[in-house]
Amino acid sequence: MDFPILSAIIFLPFLGALFIFLSGHKDENKSAIYIALFTSIANFLLTLFLWQSFDKSYSGFQFIEEKNWISGFIKFKLGIDGISTLFIVLTAFITPICIVSCINSVKKRLNEFLIAILILETFILGVFCSLDLIVFYLFFEAGLIPMFLIIGVWGGPRRIYSAYKFFLFTLLGSVLMLAAIIFIYWSIGTTDYTEIYKIKIPQEYQYILWLAFFSSFAVKTPMWPVHTWLPDAHVEAPTAGSVILAAILLKMAGYGFIRFSLGMFPIASDFFTPLVFTLSIIAIIYTSLVALMQEDLKKLIAYSSVAHMGFVTLGIFTFNKQGIEGSMFQMISHGIISAALFLCVGVLYDRTSSRMIKNFGGVVNYLPNFSFIFIIFVLGALGLPGTTGFVGEFLVLIGAFKSNYLVAILASTGVVLCAAYMLWMAKRVVFGDTNKTTISSLKDINYLESSVLIILCLATIIFGFYPEPLLNTMDVSVTGIINNHNNELAIKLTNNN
Amino acid sequence: MENINILLPEIILFSGICIVLMAGVFFNNSFNLVVKLSTLVLLSVVYSIISDWGSGPEIFLKSFISDKFSDYFKILILISSLFIFFSSDQFIKDNKLNKFEYHVVIMFSILGMFFMLSSNDLILFYLGLELQSLALYVLAAIDRDNTISSEAGIKYFVLSALSSGLLLYGCSLLYGFTGSTNFEEISISLTSQNTGAVFAMVFILVGLAFKVSAVPFHMWTPDVYQGAPTSITNFFAVVPKAVGLAVIIRFMDLPFKNILEEWQTIIIFISIASMILGSVAAIGQKNIKRLLAYSSISHMGYALAGVATGSTLGYTATIIYITIYVIMNLGTFGCLYLMKIDGKYTEKIEDLSGLSKQKPLYAFSFLILFFSLAGIPPLGGFFAKFFIFMSVIESKLYALAIIGLLTTVISAFYYLKIIKTIYFDDTTVKFDDIGNLSIKATILLSCLILSLFFIFPSFLTLFLEGLFT
Repeated sequence: MDFPILSAIIFLPFLGALFIFLSGHKDENKSAIYIALFTSIANFLLTLFLWQSFDKSYSGFQFIEEKNWISGFIKFKLGIDGISTLFIVLTAFITPICIVSCINSVKKRLNEFLIAILILETFILGVFCSLDLIVFYLFFEAGLIPMFLIIGVWGGPRRIYSAYKFFLFTLLGSVLMLAAIIFIYWSIGTTDYTEIYKIKIPQEYQYILWLAFFSSFAVKTPMWPVHTWLPDAHVEAPTAGSVILAAILLKMAGYGFIRFSLGMFPIASDFFTPLVFTLSIIAIIYTSLVALMQEDLKKLIAYSSVAHMGFVTLGIFTFNKQGIEGSMFQMISHGIISAALFLCVGVLYDRTSSRMIKNFGGVVNYLPNFSFIFIIFVLGALGLPGTTGFVGEFLVLIGAFKSNYLVAILASTGVVLCAAYMLWMAKRVVFGDTNKTTISSLKDINYLESSVLIILCLATIIFGFYPEPLLNTMDVSVTGIINNHNNELAIKLTNNN
Repeated sequence: MENINILLPEIILFSGICIVLMAGVFFNNSFNLVVKLSTLVLLSVVYSIISDWGSGPEIFLKSFISDKFSDYFKILILISSLFIFFSSDQFIKDNKLNKFEYHVVIMFSILGMFFMLSSNDLILFYLGLELQSLALYVLAAIDRDNTISSEAGIKYFVLSALSSGLLLYGCSLLYGFTGSTNFEEISISLTSQNTGAVFAMVFILVGLAFKVSAVPFHMWTPDVYQGAPTSITNFFAVVPKAVGLAVIIRFMDLPFKNILEEWQTIIIFISIASMILGSVAAIGQKNIKRLLAYSSISHMGYALAGVATGSTLGYTATIIYITIYVIMNLGTFGCLYLMKIDGKYTEKIEDLSGLSKQKPLYAFSFLILFFSLAGIPPLGGFFAKFFIFMSVIESKLYALAIIGLLTTVISAFYYLKIIKTIYFDDTTVKFDDIGNLSIKATILLSCLILSLFFIFPSFLTLFLEGLFT
């Protein structure tokens, strides 16, 4: 392939940001919005083209690009397989939606906000495309800067605390990963993922290295007990920031688990499975219970994110096809649905300046269209058949039953709890009596808002009924990872005997 | 007849200083002339070094050496001094420091550093060090009507004289136990069986650690940074630090080559202590120069971590680190020269609040510089730390690596505090417009290098290849 399509996809948003920066438009005339929208949609079309030309039957990496970077040490290597393709498309799909959503909701310094969003997109796409651990780390960490600013500059009243917490938690988790990556370089002689995959990391190092990577991904996922930064960050971030955070940033960790923890440390992954299962089950049950008691809509959705990501980590470490594909599907489904839910909360917040559940009630009487769409997403989040949420949770639970009954049963209670807090929230917000005058004066969603929500709604339902295109894309790559894992375990068993 | 050409840069510099001094004495209101002349002198020294790059042989009974290593650092300090001259020009005039002695004294300290860098002999080394230090004492107290500046000068003088004494004591012990002052001969006769010489090594290390303000010999740094005028602090933060590290590398690589295990433990301790103290003590600071003092202490800790490896890779990493550190500090102090409210320069961090609304570009440069100082990718500061940790983990010093990485998180906290003040706080202080082009050019250049470093991160490594043979 001559045209470096991956580099183009990664750096196109950056160019857009640069263009906005240099053109120096005034915030008032909103012309920067069009530039941002244009670049992000063009980028989305590019990723669609990438997805379409991606060879789904080939298990290795495709569209590989390689350049000398840090001479003598590291090559700048990009490439994708079935797993990363889906995340790239998801990222490019969510970004234009974020940009549309900030047309009305971002009241100050719009240009800088758009620059931050576009640069963040560049870094996230870089994470999913990179095939070298150092390049991966570079993009993984770089995303902190724009997100820190998005929370801190455009956030709510406690934004400073939340921004600090987000930044320091993630940084603390990641520095150990850097140490591990450098250690891998010196013990194996390369940080090229495809090479490591072939050479294999010696078994005695795998455990400690796995833990170092785990510390980073667990904070980012976020897993219990290091999840506390997420509700704070979500509550204080502006709508578009919450959407990116929930829909894409959290997925970097799930992607990291599948790609790096499973791919590079199969034996250690197997060894630490009980730990991950325990933490996932606690996340699913405990955070669902916490979500029940939330009074802030965003906080409720944030805790539900933690619970949903619990399903993801659970599925990944079942090491069977249903589990991992279910996790992948759950991540994409959560990416779409949580994005939509945050947008819905944003719609309410723009109108009432409140996110407290007790301030709402009977919204359906005055915002019928909005309520209709909102309920679809609520049902999607709790995993109603016919939505993407169902496919993901169902596959994860099948995978879990295959590997451990007890875990599967405990995880299933999470589904019930999820239905409980979601439906109760919907009941209090959308239905019930309207005894507040604030609600009765509200206008229904406008064309802009409804078009965005309808697109997300269609994605939820289409892939809910017909998940094949997504499953088909990742199938071969996931099988490859599982085979590698099983082979390694078999070798280890024969060595022990 | 020995090849005197090797000494040419020093000769040009010294005669240049004399001419500048004469010009300063004989012309009235000579400041602008002195600035131009000193720039010219430094540029011609740069030219003479580049035209005779890394011209190996030692002269004067092997006491003076001019290799690639010393030439690299000479160029580094010359170029950074030039940038300091340019960017501080406005500040010096505004604060009525525009006496011709200012540049003359700075150039004398540079001359001293040249001899430190090129010395291959304890006596020449000590002479260079004293010339440099004497000039620095004067510089710290140059704003003599200001009590804080005078206090800084006295403090620096007393402590530095003590450390020079210790260093000289170490040198004399070393001569006593090895019978020579020449680095190469010392390195041959110095082994770990030679307990007295190891004792001497500790004294020399203490003296050198003082010069780079590594913990526990850092006490002077915050006071001098805060007390001295910003333009002098800029010089203190950049040039003597680079030279101090270069000399430490020279000592470890040559005379102390065979007692690696003995000095490694000490350097590791100093490095860890500097990283921790620098990060923790900076958190509570309200004065930005004081904060930068602690930040520089922790940066010296990272740079020394590269030295602690005792490997060529580690030394190269340290040189890369110090180079990027110099670039970051030139930019950061450039930003400090713009902190002027109602005609008065301010140093309080809280005065920066809400800067991003008033001057977005200025705020953005702070953003790049401080995230780079914190070592967040993809900025230049990350690569500096990356090379250091690469070498540290290669040498299997895992504890040092882990502590170093964890302190980056702590230090990220106070860098974030400044970003927070600039971007998140609402109150706005009206800054004066300073249309000085050279300050802006310095900041712009520094930010550009730092933010584009990731495109070609190995240009320094390629450049430094073959520095150690």
